[in-house]
Amino acid sequence: MSDRLINWFRYASPQTFYPLTGKLIPWFWAFAAIFAVAGLTIGFLLAPTDAQQGEGYRIIFLHVPASWLSMFIYLVMAFWAATGLAFNTRLSGMMASALAPTGALFAFLSLWTGALWGKPMWGAWWVWDARLTSELILLFLYIGFIALQAAIDDPRRADKAGAILALVGVVNVPIIYFSVKWWNTLHQGASVSLTRAPSMAAMMLWGMVLCALACWMYSIAVALMRVRTIMLERERHTDWVRALLAEKE
Amino acid sequence: MHWNSLSEFLAMGNHGLYVWGSVVVMALLMVAEPMLVLQGRKRLVARLKRQYRAEQPVTRSGSQRTTGMTSTSPTATCRSSD
Amino acid sequence: MLELIGAVIGRDLRLAMRRQADIVAAMFFFIIVVSLFPLGVGPEADQLRKLAPGVLWVAALLATMLSLPRMFADDHRDGTLEQLALAPQPLGLIVLGKVIAHWLVAGLPLCLLAPVLGIQFDLANDALAVLTLSLLIGTPALSGIGAIGAALTLGVRGGGVLLSLLVLPLYIPVLIFGAGAVDATVSGLGAQAHLSLLGALALGGVFFAPWPTAAALRIALE
Repeated sequence: MSDRLINWFRYASPQTFYPLTGKLIPWFWAFAAIFAVAGLTIGFLLAPTDAQQGEGYRIIFLHVPASWLSMFIYLVMAFWAATGLAFNTRLSGMMASALAPTGALFAFLSLWTGALWGKPMWGAWWVWDARLTSELILLFLYIGFIALQAAIDDPRRADKAGAILALVGVVNVPIIYFSVKWWNTLHQGASVSLTRAPSMAAMMLWGMVLCALACWMYSIAVALMRVRTIMLERERHTDWVRALLAEKE
Repeated sequence: MHWNSLSEFLAMGNHGLYVWGSVVVMALLMVAEPMLVLQGRKRLVARLKRQYRAEQPVTRSGSQRTTGMTSTSPTATCRSSD
Repeated sequence: MLELIGAVIGRDLRLAMRRQADIVAAMFFFIIVVSLFPLGVGPEADQLRKLAPGVLWVAALLATMLSLPRMFADDHRDGTLEQLALAPQPLGLIVLGKVIAHWLVAGLPLCLLAPVLGIQFDLANDALAVLTLSLLIGTPALSGIGAIGAALTLGVRGGGVLLSLLVLPLYIPVLIFGAGAVDATVSGLGAQAHLSLLGALALGGVFFAPWPTAAALRIALE
């Protein structure tokens, strides 16, 4: 037990974590590729046509994973932020800042694919539905996090300030979601009902889950790649970075 | 296989523009993101190497005495101009 | 504890009185923004009545934003903030005092101006009353949440713009319930539920926000 604990904490320092990420990243890319091929094959080649939405529903295989990931990444980011504040580990803050751009990307993709799905299905690119609005606000929260970290020069302060913002955001996201939902039910005049077909064929579900797994693996791979860059940048005065770069010559 | 022909697949039941619009943008961005990260990394590595080379005379004499410790040479703390 | 909060409020109010021009400028900002809308969308009374809650509330959000950067910046510059952080009393309580002082200076005047501006939008008397009430309940939450943003951006370059980027998304629930209360009154639904939720947000904003704010201030002072 204690052995295992020590082993895990060993990787909490950038110097040992850096080579580990180098070994792990190809694996995550490989899994991402496998899941993507499987998911997209099911979603775009094998899954049957949806009775109500025709072929346009296939956007679901992109839209739903992107939305899930955008929310999930925010939670993971907040988790790292909290660990960083609680244990004062250097790596936690780096992980949080490495995740933010990927989360923002998925939030944007969720909005983009949502708009392209909404147009043929509901006849509008955008409706002020609770889910859409919350997703937009989530994108704003990501942008706020990135902008705050970019504006602070001292990386330690940037990490901590970002951590507080991420935690405040996590508390606020449910409040925002429910307030928008409430607002939406009151204003539901001419807008369309967005309830989707309740029964989903098992194959569609599988396609969606596989695509979501692919996006998940992708996020881990990209976040690790980004955290490697951040580690080099922040630790540039240390001997291990010097040794590492000298080796590469 | 659900589709009978390639053109049918591309048409997506008249929703081709929307479906492929989503696919293409998502694919492009998900390819572009790791490329940007890699590019940023390359630029950083080049910058650090340049920086290390510039301060080499200082660190070489210093590092013999303080091996294993973080370098505290004055030039190491200032950022390169980019 | 109450004495401490009272002392902080008294001190901040005295300082604010020396800078009356700032308060007046924020109030005029509020008045001007609200008055621009009829010029932009046209003078039809029906339309204006519909827009009024949203316009007044959004203008109130923006007007309270204006004075937020000031909340800690002056104390930070002259070193008072460091003294406060070193004081034996919890920094959160001091922040609470500053939040209340900010509301008295930036929030309360808006509540007093709002009914007058509401008349421009042809609001009925009951709607005007609910508008004022919703602002009275809701603006403390704005000061509370805004304090977090003000502390996070303390001494950061581009602080003002960044502050609005951080804080405005967090203001959304307050905007929804505040404007919703007036909306509900106009359409005859009764504002009770909205005002209760707004009250809950305000309590949460005023009493929980000082703690992350205090943490953010300590980080800024490091």
